Order: sequence, then structure tokens, then C-alpha cells
Amino acid sequence: MSLKIEVNDLYKIFGPNPGLALERLEKGMSKEELLQKTGHAVGVYDVSFTIDEGEIFVVMGLSGSGKSTLVRCINRLIEPTRGEISIDGLNITTLPLEKLRAVRQEKLAMVFQRFALFPHRTILQNVAYGLEVQGMERAAREKKAQEVLETVGLKDWGNVYPEQLSGGMQQRVGLARALAVDPDILLMDEPFSALDPLIRKEMQEELTEMQLKMRKTIIFITHDLDEALKLGDRIAIMKDGAVVQIGTPEEILTNPANDYVASFVTDVDRSRVLKAENIMMRPTCLVRATDGPRVALRKMEEEGLSSIFVVGENRTLKGIVTVDRAVEAVNTGETDLLKIADEDIPVTSPETVIHDLIPAAVEAKVPIAVVNENRKLLGIIVRVSVLAGLIGKGDENRSLQDSA
Amino acid sequence: MKIEAYKIPLDDWADFTVAFLRDNFRPVFRWFSGIIESFVYGLEDILMMAPEILFILLVAAIAWRLSGRGTAIFSLAGLLLLASMGLWPETMRTMALILTATFIALVIGIPLGILSSHSDVVWRILRPVLDFMQTMPIFVYLLPAVMLFGIGIVPAVIATIVFSMPPAIRLTNLGIRNVPGEVVEAAHSFGSSSFQTLTKVQLPLAMPSIMAGVNQCIMLSLSMVVIAAMIGARGLGGVVYRAITRLEIGSGFEGGVAVVIIAIVLDRITQSMGKEPQKNRGT
Repeated sequence: MSLKIEVNDLYKIFGPNPGLALERLEKGMSKEELLQKTGHAVGVYDVSFTIDEGEIFVVMGLSGSGKSTLVRCINRLIEPTRGEISIDGLNITTLPLEKLRAVRQEKLAMVFQRFALFPHRTILQNVAYGLEVQGMERAAREKKAQEVLETVGLKDWGNVYPEQLSGGMQQRVGLARALAVDPDILLMDEPFSALDPLIRKEMQEELTEMQLKMRKTIIFITHDLDEALKLGDRIAIMKDGAVVQIGTPEEILTNPANDYVASFVTDVDRSRVLKAENIMMRPTCLVRATDGPRVALRKMEEEGLSSIFVVGENRTLKGIVTVDRAVEAVNTGETDLLKIADEDIPVTSPETVIHDLIPAAVEAKVPIAVVNENRKLLGIIVRVSVLAGLIGKGDENRSLQDSA
Repeated sequence: MKIEAYKIPLDDWADFTVAFLRDNFRPVFRWFSGIIESFVYGLEDILMMAPEILFILLVAAIAWRLSGRGTAIFSLAGLLLLASMGLWPETMRTMALILTATFIALVIGIPLGILSSHSDVVWRILRPVLDFMQTMPIFVYLLPAVMLFGIGIVPAVIATIVFSMPPAIRLTNLGIRNVPGEVVEAAHSFGSSSFQTLTKVQLPLAMPSIMAGVNQCIMLSLSMVVIAAMIGARGLGGVVYRAITRLEIGSGFEGGVAVVIIAIVLDRITQSMGKEPQKNRGT
């Protein structure tokens, strides 16, 4: 993956004399003092991060944490006070207006919290707006807009006006308008916050699905941690204009950088965030298909297990052998493990969230096998680790499993 | 000690300025005067070319199309009444006067309104000027206007412009400033130039407000017709002014009613022009 966006030491200070305010901050004045004494508000405070191509980078924070200001600095709807933002290696903070407009037209598109559709234009004209600004011919841009409308499921709505659509549909138009210009980067400023919960969930799922095909670089702003954990490849948590922690959802959950982040994640429904790969244990005790039942039996005895997974070449999962079947095989003289192995066993992919494993875990008499798309055995999950994952003892639990 | 002793000689300054302009820039004023005069008289000729009945039907048709049946019927009846009172030529003269004044006021006022909506500095400077234009008693600048442009239709047009332009500026400024910030941001985020944002987003969305400004501009122009008549403008104002000075209550009333009829017709038509975008948007 290549580097797409780079933000270095970014500051935004609102007020009559931001430069002076910045100097005072550097001399150690606190943000509160700065606001009270000089009337300058700190929007973004010393923020640095990089975003890879095709990544969904979520910026999470409460209202007033500076997340909307941050995203507007990236397309310079708000001029940063200091710092550097590069897109594809091009420093856009110093770009003259004409060149900035070109970057906005070619690389960036934005989706807004309150949709920000043009009320005097039809849906089709809304979606075609970006192309119109670029100077595309009417017929061509309307054709393109119609195609994009179809991908968001609104193909018959092109001729109506925004106010005739529901909130969810309006935001689909907002998304279509952004996608119509085929941008490299999507800036999404709390796009689903104004929608009711059911529609929000639906939109989140659709975005995830679309992203599989599009592979856009997305900066997604939200105040909802569940949304952040669901969508983000990585998450930056902001407080008072500064980034408190950047990490993958799992890192944020299992290893919060400070009390502020920790207080956020206590309420999270972990079962919908933690994935199979986070709670699985390494399959240390396996038997190869070419080994006989005796080997299997001995290994089970050594480890004190009642069943053991059988793998072929490259650790492909073949099945599971229980201690009873192994004893039986030894007695009857059967030497082929594959004949006594049970192939009908619960398997799951490493990306499955724990929530979806619960039914299988409840019913399964044997551990759940975690396999990749080639059926390579990556790990196993026993019932207790699902439960442990739910109550948030991820790390301790893993070491417990390893020793088991 | 009397404060009077420290008088700032505003009166002398005003005298001096007018005298200075008159003595040094007379050709400029005359030239400008000529342009406006030919504009008004040209428009008068055009308006009077059409037969009255054709004109009345045309206005009624426009009213029907833009505003609906009620206004159309009122326009038809009202204008027929005007014509029957024998005030048709005067009505057309008044129309020529207010249309010229409104046109010039809008040509200056709407760009100024756009400018003030984009710059707080411009707006801070312009606001007291507009207050001045709207509240300064008309005769105070009417007289200097006569001195500079000579008696007749031109100082009347100038005074009308001064009086009627402020609402066009104010409402254009207000309309553009009231366009939701997020919508303007959206336009910018797609790389629109300022001009594209203005023409594709801000002006269309501010249109109802701007049209209200146009409407106010016309209404205020109409309210000036009698004063305009005092300095030599012809038309319905002249009818009323003459009647008043001769104490002819009846014909004064006729002239007054004629002004009201034109006012209502123009008001309804221009108001519905402002509302048109919303009407189309209905389901």
C-alpha cells in the first residue's frame, strides 16, 4: 500500500490573530487560558498522521473536539494556521487557489453531515454538479450521474428535488454526488449522524460493501465509537483539537492509550468489534493426516485433550479426531486417520466478529476452527475464549489459552 | 461657553460641494442627463406604440401565467379602468420613469448587494450609506439634483434611484448571506470557482430574497412619482400634482387610484416571480 495523505504538525487556531496565539501556546499557555484571555479557540492542535491508499481512516471525537475542522483543513475549506498536508506527495497547504481548485476537482470529494444538497437542483443535477464544475458536457455528465445514481439505488429519482426525499435517500444522493467525480479520496463529515439508527446501520453496511469494490481512501468523521470501530481500518481519537490515540479498532479496544480513551471503550459492545483472530489461540497441538491414530492418541494424552485437529499439507484442515474414535481405530487396526476424522466441524474466518460466533460456540462440542480462504488452519477457538472475549479480558485470556 | 461656537460648517461644505460640482463638472452632468433622458423618452415611445387594448391583454396574460387568475382579472379590470379615465398616456409615462429608475437601481444595487454579501468590510461601509439614502428627506437632495441636472425628468429619475435602491442592495446581501454555509462549502469542496459558486448556487438560492428586493424597488419608485412631478416629470404624478395645486379633489383621486392600480399589478407580478422556483418544486 502506498502513502496517500500525510499530515504534519497541523494547527488551526480561530481568532483575530492566530499567529500570536500560536506563539503563546508554545510558550506554555493552556488552551483554556488562551480562550479566556485572548479569545482564540484552538480547533486543531499539533496533529500528525499518515493515511494509506485504500484505507478507511476514522476520526472519532465528541462535538467540539476539532474533528470537523481537521477534515476541512484537508481540502482547505478551512485554512490551517500552521502545518503541512500532502496528498500524493503534493503539499496542498501552500497551493495557490487555482491549483487547489484543480486538486479539489480531481482528487477530493466531500459528504456532509446535513447532506448539503443543492435544493434548487434536481437529484440528477446535484449528482452531476462536480462534473459540471469541471466543464463536462451536459449529456456526458448526466449519463455519468445516472450511472452513479444507479449504484446507490436511486435510479428512478433523478428528476425530483432533494426536499422530496427522506434523510437516508438524501445522503445517498450526497454520496453519489461525491462518487460521480470519481475522487481518490472521500472526506466524510459525520455522514450518517443525522440518520435514524436503522438507516444508519444500513448505510454503514452499504459503504463497507462499496468500499470492497472501490478501494477509495476515506477519511470518515464520527462521534459514534461503534461506527468508528465498525468502519475504520484505523481510528484517530481526538480531544480538544489533539489526537489522543491512533490505532486499529482492536488496538484501541484492548490497549487504550489513556483514561480518556478507556472511558470511551468501556461501553462498547465488544462482541461486534473483536474478531475471531483476536481471541483465537495458536493451534500448537495438531496431528498430520499421514500420522496414524496412535500418534494422535499419544498427543491427546500428552496435552490432556479430548479431540485433536487433523491437517494436511500446508496445514490445510482435514477434520477432527476425538479420543474415542482414536481408541477404537487402534483397537480395530485402522491406520488411516482421515477415515476416522470427522470432517463436519464448525469453521470460521478470522474476520468474523465474536457476536456471530456465539451460536456456534454454544452448540459446538469441539473447538471452532479458524481457517483462511484456502482452508489453512490459523487458530482454534474454544467456548471459554468466546465468553472471555465478551467480558473484555482479551489479553489475559489469550495467554491463558496458550498455556492450556 | 456655547457649544454653538464650535459648529462644524456642514452647511458650507454642502454648499461648496454642490457649487464645485456645478461649476466644474457641468458637461459631465449634462452628458449623463442626456443619456437618461433619451432612455426614458425612448421607453415611453415604445410603451405607447402598442394599442392600449393589446397592452392590457398582454399584461393580463403575463399576470395569469406568473401569478394566477386573480391577479389576471384584477390587472384586466384595473388597466381598463385606467384607460377609461383617459389616463393611458400618463400611465405609460409613469411606467417609463419607474422602469428606468428601477432598472438603473438594480443594475447598481444587485452587484453592490453581492459585493456586500462577500465582504464584511464593504457591508460595514455601505450600511450607513444606505441608511442615509433611505432616511434623508428627499427634498434635501432633490434640489441639488435639479441644480446639477437641470429641471425635468432626470433629477426625478436620480432621486427615485437614490430612494429605491437600498432595499435591492439589502435584500440581495441578505439573501446570499442566508444561503446555508454547508451548501456553499459543498460547492467549494467540488472545486467551484467563486463565480461558479455565485451563479450556480448562491444567486439561485437567494433569488426569492432578491426578487423581494426588486419588488420593493418598484414599489418605492412608484411612491416617488408625485414628488418627481414637482420637478417637472410628467405622468400620473403630474396629474395628481396639478389636481392638488388646483384643489381638484376628483381628478386628484383618479390619478391616485391609477398609481395604486399600477402598484398592485406590478407588486403581484414581481412577487410571484420570486416565488416561482418553489412553485415548480412542488410535488
